[in-house]
Amino acid sequence: MSHSDTSTSTGPGIRIAGVSKVYHGTSRPAVDDVSLDIADGEFITFLGPSGSGKTTMLSMLAGFVSVSGGTIEIDGRDVSRQKPHRRNLGVVFQQYALFPHMSVAKNVAFPLQQRRMPKAQIAAKVAETLKLVHLEDYADRLPSMLSGGQQQRVALARAVVYQPRALLMDEPLGALDRRLRDQLQREIARMHRELGMTFIFVTHDQHEALTLSDRIAVFNDGKVEQVGTPSELYERPGTLFVAQFLGESTCFRGTVDATAGLLRCEGFAARAPRLDAGLDGTGGVAIVRPERLELHPGAGDVPSGHNQASATVTEIVYVGNHHQVGLRFGDGTTGSAMRVAGRSLPAVPGEEVTVSWDPEHQSIVPAPGGASASPSVLEAAGA
Amino acid sequence: MTEQASTAAAAGRPGLRAGRDGGVGWGLRSVVALTGLVLIAPTAVVIPMSFSAGDTFQFPPEDWSLRWYQAFFSSEKWMRSLLTSVQIGLLVAVTATVLGVAAAFGLNRAGFRGRGAIRSLMMAPLIVPGIVVAVAIYGVFLRWQLNGTAIGFVTAHTVMALPFVVTVMTTSLAGYDRTLDTAAASLGATQVTTFFRITVPLIAPGVLSGFVFAFVMSLDEVVVALFLQTPDIQTLPVQMYNSITLEIDPTIAAASSLMVTATTLVLLVPQFVRRKRSTP
Repeated sequence: MSHSDTSTSTGPGIRIAGVSKVYHGTSRPAVDDVSLDIADGEFITFLGPSGSGKTTMLSMLAGFVSVSGGTIEIDGRDVSRQKPHRRNLGVVFQQYALFPHMSVAKNVAFPLQQRRMPKAQIAAKVAETLKLVHLEDYADRLPSMLSGGQQQRVALARAVVYQPRALLMDEPLGALDRRLRDQLQREIARMHRELGMTFIFVTHDQHEALTLSDRIAVFNDGKVEQVGTPSELYERPGTLFVAQFLGESTCFRGTVDATAGLLRCEGFAARAPRLDAGLDGTGGVAIVRPERLELHPGAGDVPSGHNQASATVTEIVYVGNHHQVGLRFGDGTTGSAMRVAGRSLPAVPGEEVTVSWDPEHQSIVPAPGGASASPSVLEAAGA
Repeated sequence: MTEQASTAAAAGRPGLRAGRDGGVGWGLRSVVALTGLVLIAPTAVVIPMSFSAGDTFQFPPEDWSLRWYQAFFSSEKWMRSLLTSVQIGLLVAVTATVLGVAAAFGLNRAGFRGRGAIRSLMMAPLIVPGIVVAVAIYGVFLRWQLNGTAIGFVTAHTVMALPFVVTVMTTSLAGYDRTLDTAAASLGATQVTTFFRITVPLIAPGVLSGFVFAFVMSLDEVVVALFLQTPDIQTLPVQMYNSITLEIDPTIAAASSLMVTATTLVLLVPQFVRRKRSTP
């Protein structure tokens, strides 16, 4: 039964080591050799499209789904084969999963009763936790009498009342409308600050991931594409998938010329500092975020050292605090630039503009599908 | 616009709904009223007849009295058959509920081949004509010497009540969200605790309905009971049938009225329990 002898203990935290999941009757793994260390008290988000394996990974952490390979360790102890009720983790589900026949207070008391806590202590703890989620006046209501946002707050209270080792949340805001989602998002952030607990959050919403997390693990096709802080992932995406899934970007495809320090694209060459020599001659993609693109009318007045390319303005969309400028470059690449509201627009749709950007603000990632996806390449691009 | 639509869809809120909000129209109302009338017509005749003061069946009765109720309750024969019926009915309700709930759990939760076939087989007693079932049971029970025994009655009626229990329970379990089990496990509950604290309370109304259906089915069943009867063990419907062939006597009207009333009350129990639950 015990697998702890194989573990290499590394102090507090949750360690996912080479974990895979192949569901019965399928050949492609839902989770494929994922390794991840989650620090104590960290807010980490598993971000990815549906079917990317993020929820399966969470279910394996909680123990609802067995692991096919690899180990999960909590504080140096292998829990891969432990039953869910013994893992002492809190779980919040998308559809709340409140017990419909129990009042709010009884729902929250349930995990404490399982831990054989004395009655008086349970009552105090329940009251305290309901206060934390601002539902102290709803203790005697049935879940069906609450709104979706309130129900999810009860679920949060129920999942943290017993001070579990970590709180796991599976798209907890997915069933709520915009306004409630923003509100609950702030509450979750506040709870994380106040409780100091490890939070593991699963979502497909990049906005949620960016605003809430200390770190984000981007899932794609059962694998973790990149792990990093929100700004690392946004400013320095390691793969084209990460760049495109997280925020908008303009992606220039070209060939890496490592000796000249250039990415040679059709019609222009982009200066690229710190290119890995190993990338030489392979396909690469230069990724630039919209707010990093400067627009100049006509031939333009480009600061020295900046990359530049000419493009046609395809559309200008007013989004309140900024204008979104659609661009088409000479090689057919489409992209967009952001122009803060109040600044004059350099062109109208159909006109030519010069687009420039600081090479420090661009990321070079290997072109997908090329024969160049070795780990050293990924590291170089992310560095 | 699309974003709003998608969040609304994601929230699972009902969108536009077809139909008016004014309720049903006159055409439908009269059809419903007519159907209701046809359904309660026999009862509407029998119950007044049972309060007749005359020696024969009269509708409407010329004089009113409780003499046939008195006759019913003071007759040892009637009282014994009533007791037999209630005893068998309760035993049938218990066995059919236990077996039916177990079967429904198996059909709902275990994934195995031939589930559909088993489900259909269990529904067979509903489809096969009652007389065929009765003759078959009679033949087999003769060999097993179960005719005229309580075990025989209970076994036969349990088989016939099972489809009701399984149907009610299947519906009840289909509406059961198994995420609740997962949630309970994550909160530290063992499977046994989860079953008794979460599953049982939530499926209890279904179990109660199944129990009541099984009881009423056994109470009403006459064809099989006619075959299995001996002078020692006769259910109320059998006694009613015998009494009507041998002696024409309005006691049967009193017995019928009592049965209709009792059955109705019993069938209302689950509805009442459910309503109480939803309005705490």
